[in-house]
Amino acid sequence: MDFLVFQYPMISVQACLDGILLGILFALIAYGMALQWGVMNIINIAQGDLVILGGYIAYFMYLYGIHPAWGVIVSPIIMFFVGIAIYKLVINKVVDRDLFISILATFGISILFMQLMNFAFGADVVLANSDYGTTMLFNNNVVLPNSKIFSAFISILFAICLVIYMKKSKLGRAIRATAQNARAAKILGVDTEKVYAATFGINAALCGVAGALISITFTIHPYMGLPYTIRSFMIVIIAGLGNLPGVAMSGMGLGVFEEFADYILGTEFRIGSVFLLLVLILVYRRFKLSRKREYLK
Amino acid sequence: MKINKIIVSFISAAVILLSTSVVSFAKVVGDKIVLGAAISLTGKYSSNGVHTQNGYNMAVDRINSMGGVKVGGKTYKFDIIYYDDESNPKRAAQLAERLISQDGVEFMLGPYSSGLTKAIAPVTEKYGVPMVEANGASRSLFTKGYKYLFAVLAPANLYLDVAIDLAVEKNNGKPVTVAMAFEQDAFSQDVRLGVLEAIERTGSKKVIDDKLPKELNDMAATLVKVKQMKPDVLVVSGHTKGALTAVRQISEMKVDVPMLAMTHCDAAKLSKQHGKNSQYALCASQWHKTLTYKDNFFKDGMTYDADFTKEFGYAPPYQAAESSAALLVFKDAFERANSFDQKKVRDALAATNMQTFYGNIKFAEGGQNVDKPMVLFQVMCDDGGKCENKVVAPTKWASAKLIHPIPSWSQR
Repeated sequence: MDFLVFQYPMISVQACLDGILLGILFALIAYGMALQWGVMNIINIAQGDLVILGGYIAYFMYLYGIHPAWGVIVSPIIMFFVGIAIYKLVINKVVDRDLFISILATFGISILFMQLMNFAFGADVVLANSDYGTTMLFNNNVVLPNSKIFSAFISILFAICLVIYMKKSKLGRAIRATAQNARAAKILGVDTEKVYAATFGINAALCGVAGALISITFTIHPYMGLPYTIRSFMIVIIAGLGNLPGVAMSGMGLGVFEEFADYILGTEFRIGSVFLLLVLILVYRRFKLSRKREYLK
Repeated sequence: MKINKIIVSFISAAVILLSTSVVSFAKVVGDKIVLGAAISLTGKYSSNGVHTQNGYNMAVDRINSMGGVKVGGKTYKFDIIYYDDESNPKRAAQLAERLISQDGVEFMLGPYSSGLTKAIAPVTEKYGVPMVEANGASRSLFTKGYKYLFAVLAPANLYLDVAIDLAVEKNNGKPVTVAMAFEQDAFSQDVRLGVLEAIERTGSKKVIDDKLPKELNDMAATLVKVKQMKPDVLVVSGHTKGALTAVRQISEMKVDVPMLAMTHCDAAKLSKQHGKNSQYALCASQWHKTLTYKDNFFKDGMTYDADFTKEFGYAPPYQAAESSAALLVFKDAFERANSFDQKKVRDALAATNMQTFYGNIKFAEGGQNVDKPMVLFQVMCDDGGKCENKVVAPTKWASAKLIHPIPSWSQR
């Protein structure tokens, strides 16, 4: 137990801001996961590996002297096609099967991606430097790396663009229709095959953006994908499917919760406390549901 | 009788298979001493696995070309059977079993990393196969009472305690305050134990003791605490990821701390990836090319560095140097034992007392090398942004003077 956070109130401000910035980035990955989960009923275990692959694209741009921030434009374009390729090769064969098969299939893709990235890029931990500097607030008591602010800003931008796209465009409407009822959408002339491919592509593109951002804020390594998958899975579980504002809120909420857990309980309980929260939320949900069921009876 | 025929052919096939495998593989074939090694050529340790293999190969070529190993008046050459353990402890243990019971290997070289060495050691111990390892530093390897395990490197608990002593020395012998951030894996926790002992020994005080989860990519919370508590020393250990994350976030958050000590700086290519931001970081290292140890095969560190660079196209990290040293130890032990009897070789290994280009080697009861101190180097950059690692402690080996305290970010 540590009470530093209560002794110095500025630490609370710092923890909140750190948590929110971190949470927004995670929310972007979770957003992609929620989208394809909702539309295709697929839980993508390879989500984190797509993120890392996106990160490597930005990293290689950095190696060749291009500023890694451009990765947020290049990486999603490449990743979109990677996503479509994965869909055509594997996902379209499991999309109508039960959830377990799709989990197995994406788990396989995840392992394959890890090994291929390790083979192609080597097992070193790498990062791309943005040299964005630092923002100091409140008389230098709160420090925020500009790279994190940049990440959060770009994440929000992409999320907003996507929401608008889903509302206004023809493909967006088709995706939403397929999510509601795939069979009805098919009967009404929606090419669901195309919708699925596009959804998987969009998800991969979002992972590409997040990966590029992670390469300039944190570090990347071929085997570092799984924590991102788990985190986005948790965010989606807490928010509930098809609840996009909820994804953003639960992403930020988890980020802030995690930072405070770090200060109060200690760093070693940081991840554990997040899982504990997940369990509590699931139990609470179940409790609420069962009450509703009683009522219906 | 058809069945009889099948049975006969089955048995004869089995006999032929067995006899060939016994004849073609054995510890010493003709003039060759066959050593076995499971190495991570793929998987997450593959870069360091390759350094290890290159180090072994370099030493084998050198020893063979300079007269080989003389046992019982006859000259033998080294040969190594390699298998890829895929960075997986279970696989490594299986491969050790296979090297010993199928390939008939009677002497082993270690794999890369403490975790894999821990997986293999029980197997070599069971069969009484002497193993000289160069890349497993975890203290728990040396407290299990293994009789056939010998490590040429200093154990993990000695990695950073030098830094605490150095800080106390710079503080005119007065105790210091220490902030610690260690990843939750066996190696880093061993390093932590060593630092704790040093804190106790010097009467210093720990003000932060964070255990970073393995999945964690973000140290911001720890660094905020450091900003608030203003310790004299910040000690970080979390493999390459920890070193890279720490330097990135310390520079981004402008954390001022008089001394920053870490592990895995050279594996992380810290100065290359972070440039001037990594300046002044103190790094624990098993070996540095400027150390003045000598032997007859590689001459000294500078020559080893030049020869290795010529052969493999990159400067040798300490993982390669210690791997080469393992072969020198084996050669020395074989010649002193003057036999290929495993027990005699084991006893000769235990009595090792020699100097190699990598350092002095003398094994304690548990198998760890007690005659080679760790060195600390500091990343120093010139105005053009070119950074170099220079040894600053222990004073005996220092090639540059320690810059202390680290200038604050506002003055850089």
